[in-house]
Amino acid sequence: MKKIGIIASRELKAYFDSLMAYVLLVLFLGFTGFFTWIYGSDIFYIKQASLQVFFSVAYWTLFFIIPALTMHLLSEENRSGTLELLLTKPLSDWQIVVGKFLAPLVLIVIALALTLPYYITVARLGDIDHGQVLSGYLVLILFSAMYISLGLFTSSLTKNSIVSYLITVFIGIFFQIIFQMIGSNLPGTLGHWLNYLSMNTHFDSMARGLIDSRDIIYFLMFITLGLVLSESMLIKRRYS
Amino acid sequence: MDVVVENLTKTYGTQKAVDHLSFKVKTGEVLGFLGPNGAGKTTTMKAITSFLIPDEGSIRVGDFSVDEQAEEVKKHIGYLPESNPLYEEMPIIDYLKFVAKVEGIPAGQMEEKIREVIRVCGIQKEKHKKISELSKGYKQRVGLAQALIHDPEVLILDEPTTGLDPNQIVEIRELIKKIGREKTVILSSHILAEVEATCDRILIINKGKIVAEGTTEELRKKSQAHEVLKVTIEEGDVNDIFNALQALDEIDRVDFIDRENAEFEIQSRSDLSARRAIFNLCVEKHWILTQLTPIETKLEDVFRKLTLN
Repeated sequence: MKKIGIIASRELKAYFDSLMAYVLLVLFLGFTGFFTWIYGSDIFYIKQASLQVFFSVAYWTLFFIIPALTMHLLSEENRSGTLELLLTKPLSDWQIVVGKFLAPLVLIVIALALTLPYYITVARLGDIDHGQVLSGYLVLILFSAMYISLGLFTSSLTKNSIVSYLITVFIGIFFQIIFQMIGSNLPGTLGHWLNYLSMNTHFDSMARGLIDSRDIIYFLMFITLGLVLSESMLIKRRYS
Repeated sequence: MDVVVENLTKTYGTQKAVDHLSFKVKTGEVLGFLGPNGAGKTTTMKAITSFLIPDEGSIRVGDFSVDEQAEEVKKHIGYLPESNPLYEEMPIIDYLKFVAKVEGIPAGQMEEKIREVIRVCGIQKEKHKKISELSKGYKQRVGLAQALIHDPEVLILDEPTTGLDPNQIVEIRELIKKIGREKTVILSSHILAEVEATCDRILIINKGKIVAEGTTEELRKKSQAHEVLKVTIEEGDVNDIFNALQALDEIDRVDFIDRENAEFEIQSRSDLSARRAIFNLCVEKHWILTQLTPIETKLEDVFRKLTLN
């Protein structure tokens, strides 16, 4: 546990030292702020005291930001050879993977915490459903964790971080829209399963305030899958 | 802690990088791996540090098996990889702190341990710099510092002096020798002088196999079973001299070094010395012996002989 923390805090510090953290925070707050308050179907347009608008803007903003946070995590270590250092230190592969997974997650939680003023503002404008807001933030964290886990896995596949970014976005697009697009047009079990795989299904219901254990299991399942696959890539590395 | 390697085999594709390699290193011993590039030195070291899992064979570090107790083994090993990878964007101090934490050094001893390796490795002046700002030699020292920080029982150094200037090389060699008195050190190199200067025992590896093993002295002696002399004889016909030398019982082989100046290289038969015979021959024929130099076999020659085929 302590070792995981050491890895995670080094990564987190690297985000801030390289200014990457600040750039991404500004991008995230800029985008979500702009589309939540100023432009398009913003809060004033839909005239409801809810953060639904913010959640759906964050859905896409985070989707493009997260792979940028995860793309270097293992690929860069692989390219520069520092992976050899990590793997020969008294650390287990699992500790390395989980530590690296937690760093961007903490950064995302910081970003989300910085949007609390949105919540406070809307709460003063009208009657807000606090449970729904809580459920919305929870799903944003789970959603982020799932893509971080995917991004970590893709970064374990390559030495090139841009390749990792592209693979993450490519796979992610299937979860974001394609599974749902195909699934809703297909009858029967296949359609049902594709709908189940689709991120939309789970995200929307939680963003509307419905906390269902099935949705949470969906996220936890994919988070675990990504972590296990990343770990197995590290193990495979030793046999190469 | 002793390191015992048995039957280590590792294949990359169809190429056997290490082929049933077995050896043992005892505490207080500095073992040098010598071999041409691609001989399997690095692969063997990676297997000991558990970075690579071998196809066959077992490695034990002290009482621990690398295969089954990798975590324990890693605690006792300090490793400097060949490419000396470092987190370039980190300042030296932060980097060493990170390594110290990973190695599980208690917070109370951290400061002291870091100060100690910084002193030992001579990076005092640079300690606040970012690693990317350092020269190659200083990076190498940082690499060495991270390997030493937890005071490991076993130190594995893959070409530790690459990129260092001559003064630094001497310092680092002294340091390795000093550590080698109490700890187990395995170092690889293709610089013979280095191995000669630092190691108690040498292992010459070629194509994944051990081709020779022993102390510098032993290796030299082994290849010196045949005495080799450089001889110059004047005042005679070169061909006569050549034939007369060839006819001596003690002499196995005569070669010209320089025909014009009648300079020969003479190899004696096993365990015989041809020096007296050559002198007597010259006296008898009234030739003048102007040079008779025994050629001492250098480690280079042993190395070349064993690894060129």
